[in-house]
Amino acid sequence: MHGSVVIAGIGHTAFGHHPDRSTYSLNIEAVRNALNDTGVDKSEVDGLFVKFPTSRFEFMYGQKLAELLGIQPRIGGVWDQGGAANISLISFAAMAIDAGQCEIAVVCFADNPKSGTRHVYQKAWGHDEVYGWFGVPPGYAMIARRHMGQYGTTADQLGAIAVACRKHGARNPNAQLRKEITLDDYRQSKMIVAPLRRDDCCLVSDGGAAVVLMSAKRAKQMQVSAPVPILGYGQGQTSWEVAQRPDLTATAAAISAKTAFAMAGIAPKDIDVAQIYDCFTITALMTIEDYGFCRKGEGGRFVEDGRIEIGGDLPMNTSGGLLSETGMPGLQLVIEGVRQMRGAAAVQVPNARSCIVSNQGGIMHTHSTLILGQ
Amino acid sequence: MTGEILVPDRSGVNEHYWLALDARHLVFQECLSCDKPRLPPRTECPHCLSDAWEWRRASGAAKLISWVVYQTAFHPAFADRLPYTVAVVELIEGPRLISNIVEVDDPETLMIDQDLELVIQHERGTAITRFRPFVRGSSNTHNGVVN
Repeated sequence: MHGSVVIAGIGHTAFGHHPDRSTYSLNIEAVRNALNDTGVDKSEVDGLFVKFPTSRFEFMYGQKLAELLGIQPRIGGVWDQGGAANISLISFAAMAIDAGQCEIAVVCFADNPKSGTRHVYQKAWGHDEVYGWFGVPPGYAMIARRHMGQYGTTADQLGAIAVACRKHGARNPNAQLRKEITLDDYRQSKMIVAPLRRDDCCLVSDGGAAVVLMSAKRAKQMQVSAPVPILGYGQGQTSWEVAQRPDLTATAAAISAKTAFAMAGIAPKDIDVAQIYDCFTITALMTIEDYGFCRKGEGGRFVEDGRIEIGGDLPMNTSGGLLSETGMPGLQLVIEGVRQMRGAAAVQVPNARSCIVSNQGGIMHTHSTLILGQ
Repeated sequence: MTGEILVPDRSGVNEHYWLALDARHLVFQECLSCDKPRLPPRTECPHCLSDAWEWRRASGAAKLISWVVYQTAFHPAFADRLPYTVAVVELIEGPRLISNIVEVDDPETLMIDQDLELVIQHERGTAITRFRPFVRGSSNTHNGVVN
């Protein structure tokens, strides 16, 4: 299984603002680009794994997209894990290829919450409307506050993550937000829901992204130019909503990474570059801890002093992450991981031979991990 | 108050919870099979899956698990109360719930795990649970419920 499946091609749309484009249209552009990058005709695609647009659920979205792409997959459909779904779909596609259920699989996602509706992000959680418990950022703020109280994590440590992502994003010509910030800019940024500031929160973005998977053997036969092997993957789920979660600062990232590292046969010390889901700064900080890059509670100190910036011990979110490249949930992090392994990233980590990518969904309800190699 | 009127779902398994609050009692469910306490109301116990339970009356003593301070309204109905505090609160009996912390001048001075006490207040005609910091000796609590 280890390395038997590769990411053979990647594609995406421009990130940012796409008024008058449907999510189908964005998906099709991303898939077209990924197929071109792979050098494969769509008639050979027999697996289509789709994360439906987060902002608007639609019945049988995967079938409608298959129709518009003019393909008849043997296996496919949509999967709902919020932001963890893209890496989970890549792992299901890899399992399907290993099990002979399909040969060439496309995994794709598109959404347009910037131009379209954001209603799904503003609804109340549970039955708690009367207390004013609305929105996604407050859920993460609740976790951040507990982490600060339990471990002494500071606002400046969260800010160090925003500074790093914005620094990398500023050097990425595809990034939606290309504006570096200093720690002082971060401190001045508007408080949204204390303890989280605007610069702790990811972008809202329209766009689409896609990857093409096939067996390493098939990629060799087809002479795919730059296949990137999948070394390991894993998933984990907390299930409890924030108010009911027995431990607010423990996440399913730990079990997800444990599964992925075991499959890859490597450890955190072997990772050269990381793409860590940063819907909010606290998410990335806790994922670093739960992945074993430092001990629980030491994530704040770990991210200080440029350690996660290019040139640091663990360069992270080298294309800007959700905080700077695009707020889309996660497939762009996989694409950047592929670029790093190809040696073709805008902000390339020299001699990077392994990359870990995290996706997570809900308010740290779901988690998925991908380890890429060369 | 602007925007749509927000009222809790009082149907089905939730009904008794809200009726009890109207009578100034905070209640929670206790499983008759495994004795685990729970909130919010559910028809089956998520620990042992039993559908047999009884309502128990909470003392009103609790601790603060975490809290946030809204500086931005995520719903128009709350635009005129900014800033306001929403918290995860753990009852001494075990269940956790979402609530508001009131009677605090600066919510940044709150601390995780600090003791709280129940305050029942009315919102649009509905009795709801809120909490305030517990200060030993200065409480006017009666059976845990501040009126």
